[in-house]
Amino acid sequence: MEIVFLIFILVLSIFLGFELISKVPATLHTPLMSGANAISGITLAGAFLASGMVDNEMGKYLGTAAVAFATVNVVGGYLVTDRMLGMFKSKKAGGK
Amino acid sequence: MSIELLANLSYIVSAALFIFGLKMLGSPATARRGNLFSSLGMLIAVVAGLTAEGIVSYEYIAAGMVLGAIVGALAARLVAMTSMPEMVALFNGSGGAASLLVGWATLYGGDVQVFTAVTILLAILIGGLTFTGSLIAYAKLAEVMNSAAIVFKGQRIVNSLILVGIVYAAYMFCLDPQPDSQWLYVTLGLALLLGIMAVIPIGGADMPVVISLLNSYSGIAACAAGFAINNNILIVAGSLVGASGIILTNIMCKAMNRSLANVLFSGFGAVKQGKAIEGEVKPVSVEDAYYLFEAASNVCFVPGYGMAVAQAQHVVKELGEILEANGCEVSYAIHPVAGRMPGHMNVLLAEADVPYEQLVEMDDINPRIENVDIAVVIGANDVVNPSAREDEDSPIYGMPIINVDQARTVFVLKRSMASGFSGVDNPLFFGENTRMLFGDAKESISGVISEFG
Repeated sequence: MEIVFLIFILVLSIFLGFELISKVPATLHTPLMSGANAISGITLAGAFLASGMVDNEMGKYLGTAAVAFATVNVVGGYLVTDRMLGMFKSKKAGGK
Repeated sequence: MSIELLANLSYIVSAALFIFGLKMLGSPATARRGNLFSSLGMLIAVVAGLTAEGIVSYEYIAAGMVLGAIVGALAARLVAMTSMPEMVALFNGSGGAASLLVGWATLYGGDVQVFTAVTILLAILIGGLTFTGSLIAYAKLAEVMNSAAIVFKGQRIVNSLILVGIVYAAYMFCLDPQPDSQWLYVTLGLALLLGIMAVIPIGGADMPVVISLLNSYSGIAACAAGFAINNNILIVAGSLVGASGIILTNIMCKAMNRSLANVLFSGFGAVKQGKAIEGEVKPVSVEDAYYLFEAASNVCFVPGYGMAVAQAQHVVKELGEILEANGCEVSYAIHPVAGRMPGHMNVLLAEADVPYEQLVEMDDINPRIENVDIAVVIGANDVVNPSAREDEDSPIYGMPIINVDQARTVFVLKRSMASGFSGVDNPLFFGENTRMLFGDAKESISGVISEFG
């Protein structure tokens, strides 16, 4: 039954995702993409479970590598998006 | 209240923050705050994840996080705006790799049900293909490898064999899901190979599609990892990203008037060549260009990937300001697939501080292109190629373009007469009203600016 609930969540989120993004102006496509990419670093939350819970050496190494990759994704993704959006903003304030 | 319940409640909060964040990314005024919201959501999810029941050792986690944070922060800070497509490709790849590894590590957690085995395999498969696909995309974008489409005889057969191999190996693995199963390694290897094979036949000009597609995959991979470890925030966030990537992919395909299948499976440029073009190109000197600029009252810049390569965005903006001071109307027309990723040109012009109001989209500029005295094409080629409108045999026929050839005068800034990434000849260069300004775009424009000086 739990599987059904998870699939339920999946389907609703996909629809929500389509609704949310369908009207983003072309100007913001790059920040949107890198911002969304940062969100996909959510795997980090899963990587904790994998690296912290398993008491097998191999599993631990894999989990730790997963944590590292996901953190790159999260930290890098958000920072670079913020940097880009900062440029968009300064133009709005100073350009007019 | 149990810790688990608390963690799940925090997941709801962070899912809501992700949704708000994405929503706010849709408008320039709120985008930055949106990104902040979404990162706050991530922080909450991460903290909640850390408190999860059963985590016994934090040393490994800490080591991984410190390493990842340093790499990510440095990369985000140091990358040049012109290299943004490569950066995004690499981040996509690391997201894919993370999902792959989570799936794999989960196998070591004890006995695995068949459904879980399937989701683990999906995480490994999609994650692996995202990882190598992104690396190839990176290599092509950074010009480490030839960015043209690589096609060879029997490519489809090889790819089909890989797919069949994956399905078979995956099936064998699911019969007896053990972490040291040889079928696991076969699946993993084939998934990595598939990522490479999927991206090499895609040419440089199609990169915006690939990048958005890989972005979507990295979300779907996270989603699969979520199923593998029964975690709903991974599923929600992953599918949001997956859906947004698909939408972007779709927008990019529409802008090229091609189907996704066409982009993915037919190496662009490998298709038949359109009519040969005859005529004479008319070069113009920087000095003559200056006289024309000086007299113009409406100038429209049309940037392309070449502007990114020449790092010309700042001088372009400077010239734009000088022209404005000269009483000229200045605009920047941006084609949806100009550059190497969605919105690439917008980012560069934003970096150079070009006012937002001067950026116009293709559909806005085309109806009034006839009033433009000078259209300045800077390192763009296919997106201004009139063949797309006129020559039914051309491989890019039907793609919407910016009709610069209908402007009173067109300046084309170009290094040499080589054709664009698609390998298609461009009749624009031979047009009656076209003047070619050969040389490095940045130097040419600086030359014009110093004439004004």
